[in-house]
Amino acid sequence: MKFSDQFEARFAEMLPHYPTKRSALVPTLLYAQDEVGFLSDEVIAELAQRLELTELEVRNVISYYSMLTTRPRGKYNVQVCTNISCLVRGGEDILHHCQKKLGIGNKGTTADGMFTLEEVECIGACSWAPAAQVNYDYHENLTAEKMEEILEKYKSI
Amino acid sequence: MPDVNLTVDGKKITAPAGTLLIEACKAVGVEVPSFCYYPNFSLQGACRMCLVKIEKMPKLQTACTTVISEGMIVTTDSPEIKQARKSMLELLLGNHPLDCPVCDAGGECELQDMTFSYGAAESKFMEAKNHRDEQQWSPVVFFDRPRCILCYRCVRVCGEGMDVWALGVQNRGVSSIIAPNKEDHLECEECGMCIDICPVGALTSGAYRYKTRPWEMKHVGTICTHCSDGCKTTLGVRRADAGMEIVRGDNRDKSGTNGDFLCIKGRYAFDFANHEDRLTQPLIRKNGRLTPATWAEAVALVGRKFAEIRDRNRGDAIGVVGSTRTTNEEAYLLSRFARTVLKTNNVDHHRTADFPAFAAALRGKPGMTASMAEVFTAPAILLIGNDPTEQHPLLTWQIRNNVRLHQSRLYVVNSRPIKLRRQATKFMQIAPGAESQVAEFLAGSGDPANQLISSSADKSAWTSLREKLRTEQNLIIIFGSEISGSAVSNIVRFGSAISGTKFVCLGDYANSRGAADMGLYPDLLPGYHPITGNTEFHREWGEIPPTTGLDLPAMVAAARAGNLKALYVVGSNPIGRMNIDPFAFSNAFVVVQDMFLTETAVTADVVLPAANAYEKSGTLTNTCGDLQLVKKAGDLTGVKTDFEIIVRIAEAMGFDIHKLVPFGGGTRADMGQSRGAESGEADRHAVWLEARGLEPKLSPFDSMAIFDEIQRLVRSYDVSRMNLLAGNSQHTSLEHAGPGAAHKPESIVPAKDTLFTSGTLGRYSRALQSVIESHEAKHSEVAAD
Repeated sequence: MKFSDQFEARFAEMLPHYPTKRSALVPTLLYAQDEVGFLSDEVIAELAQRLELTELEVRNVISYYSMLTTRPRGKYNVQVCTNISCLVRGGEDILHHCQKKLGIGNKGTTADGMFTLEEVECIGACSWAPAAQVNYDYHENLTAEKMEEILEKYKSI
Repeated sequence: MPDVNLTVDGKKITAPAGTLLIEACKAVGVEVPSFCYYPNFSLQGACRMCLVKIEKMPKLQTACTTVISEGMIVTTDSPEIKQARKSMLELLLGNHPLDCPVCDAGGECELQDMTFSYGAAESKFMEAKNHRDEQQWSPVVFFDRPRCILCYRCVRVCGEGMDVWALGVQNRGVSSIIAPNKEDHLECEECGMCIDICPVGALTSGAYRYKTRPWEMKHVGTICTHCSDGCKTTLGVRRADAGMEIVRGDNRDKSGTNGDFLCIKGRYAFDFANHEDRLTQPLIRKNGRLTPATWAEAVALVGRKFAEIRDRNRGDAIGVVGSTRTTNEEAYLLSRFARTVLKTNNVDHHRTADFPAFAAALRGKPGMTASMAEVFTAPAILLIGNDPTEQHPLLTWQIRNNVRLHQSRLYVVNSRPIKLRRQATKFMQIAPGAESQVAEFLAGSGDPANQLISSSADKSAWTSLREKLRTEQNLIIIFGSEISGSAVSNIVRFGSAISGTKFVCLGDYANSRGAADMGLYPDLLPGYHPITGNTEFHREWGEIPPTTGLDLPAMVAAARAGNLKALYVVGSNPIGRMNIDPFAFSNAFVVVQDMFLTETAVTADVVLPAANAYEKSGTLTNTCGDLQLVKKAGDLTGVKTDFEIIVRIAEAMGFDIHKLVPFGGGTRADMGQSRGAESGEADRHAVWLEARGLEPKLSPFDSMAIFDEIQRLVRSYDVSRMNLLAGNSQHTSLEHAGPGAAHKPESIVPAKDTLFTSGTLGRYSRALQSVIESHEAKHSEVAAD
């Protein structure tokens, strides 16, 4: 399994920071997911071997964290917060709007592979609720119109 | 370590620094309940059952993760703690199906017991239970998720204990679940430790599930009949049509050297005893066919024929092949029967290790054999040859956990990259067959032979290994059958120069060591005393033929030449297991005692159905020399113990059996302690007699009568009878052994068993067969990809 040079450089840089190889698992999984899009069987096997873990252990960790996924996602992962602050400020409406607009349910992916929609717990943007996160970018003080614009923007990139 | 003083429930107690609070409480009899805590495994702190109040700490603390400290004041029982335990159990029962009436664990379930002791009568939870169907993870492991309380004991015993790491935890929170390594099934060593350690009925045994309830069985702690490690297995027996049926094997009785450990064979492979192919009637060849006969007819025929041949052709026209699975008493009796009744020294057995050379090398040296228990505590271990993970699961467990818990240094020399290399401080891979050169190199001071040099093990690596080993203390050297003859003396010479060194010589079957100790050799008597000479045996047994007898290959040759007229095979399958020509004994009168119609038995003139080690009492000696008591568990109508059969044949030959078995009038007698579940009227009667100072009438089939003699004449077996009867293992050394003998290395035929095979016995174990099949199926799937 081949990763980019950037991944390899980050991986090599990171390893000596930890007392055991196992400790590097979570960041390594994130880097790999960013690069491949999801954690495929191939990625799991490769990382297990690199970090001297069983594949089962790697899968156990992946299954613990909701941000790690073993299934392919769309190019843009739209994460709409419906936790308490967003909820009272209309987060659920944003989510429903996205569902209608994209024609997919929670954790669904559009047929063109552009968007995955996910309802998430607090993303730490309560002051600007309702908020959503697309990949690593935050979008705040959302309204249905604003959300639509955002989706259009991503679609056109 | 310095001691620490603390107060528990008002009691002042003292314990070594570093002790966990839960252990300190246990030591003074204060029970702190827990599920996830298990001694010798990593701490989990998951179940929160062990919460206690420690003064000056703000909240209740988990006793299983708290290390005691000076002046600590602990309360383990208060209204607050009671309430905490109640709440924890309520939480654990939140998704528990409460199907105790059908659950295998019902009656011996820790959750049941805890709920009974500490739980609330009702639950506040109204949520629907999250059901999931039972899953089969392997032929022998089933998982019932709703019953699981997520204590992670199974995960830890599989990973830390077994170094298999086949179980993990998937997801989190309420959806957490124990998961096998191959999505829907396990790929593992099938030891079943996860089932034993499970405090509830979440992991259940394929061999036992839904068969019976714990209270309907009798539980007999006896010694496993498979490999030569001598684990104690607890057999659950139940009345059946034809006697007592064994329905379960597990580790309920943890008093054996194996402690918590038991492998697949000790746990599931008792089922050969219930196999429908078991012989339950003697067979006599009539008109070329083996035909059922009565015991009286068969024994009379064998007695008559043996006596005729002995009197007509002399004893050396008779050959005797003993067993590596019968008890010491039976092996000893057979040895004595052969020499004094049949008057032959043509005695042999399936040799799997060079014990005579081992005895010769250790003779006169006190304390140089290691017990199985010591393998767990030794600071350093050198392992040469063998693949213990496959052939000696308990030994492997002892070594692995010694490294894990005591940081023991393990040095491995092997021709294959065996699994134990993962625990090794140093692993040296050598060419197959080069083991004896390793012994020679270690014992000498020169350079390693060229054959030992490889890219991974150059000259300096070998020299530094030798130097390192020489600086060790209390080293245990363990070697397989690759080391025999002069290599054994080389190894012993090397080890003797290191302070405190002890040795283990690895044989393959449950009583391989006992068979050797009891003199099933053509040239050796019990205790490795020579046949030629004037030993106590010569004085006690009466006349012993003076010349060395034939070993098994020589018996085959003699039979072909027409000189061997009779062959008596007791619990052995030389044709099936040792590549002996099935027609070799066509012209001899062959008598076979066995459980099944083996390759050897089908060629016999008389087949006598024998009981197995789970159906008799006596003693077995494991490969380390640990002597242990075997207790009768199962029973099958129609079969007899090898002991009884030998005595009956002797009687049928007109021999005075008082001269064979010293029964009646013994100074020490078995009062039924050795007989396990089946001790009956006769035993109670014997106890009554003894209590009134009357002499019990012992039966000629009482193996303990022969054990008296063994203890008297084989000096290393003179161990504490009291300890033995109490179920403890007693180590026998080789200090007082006879001079031993030099045998040809070819006379050793390794059993080559794996984790899932067990000689002829294994073929009749459905549990083992089903595991082999499922593993093969998986391998072919992989190959097809």
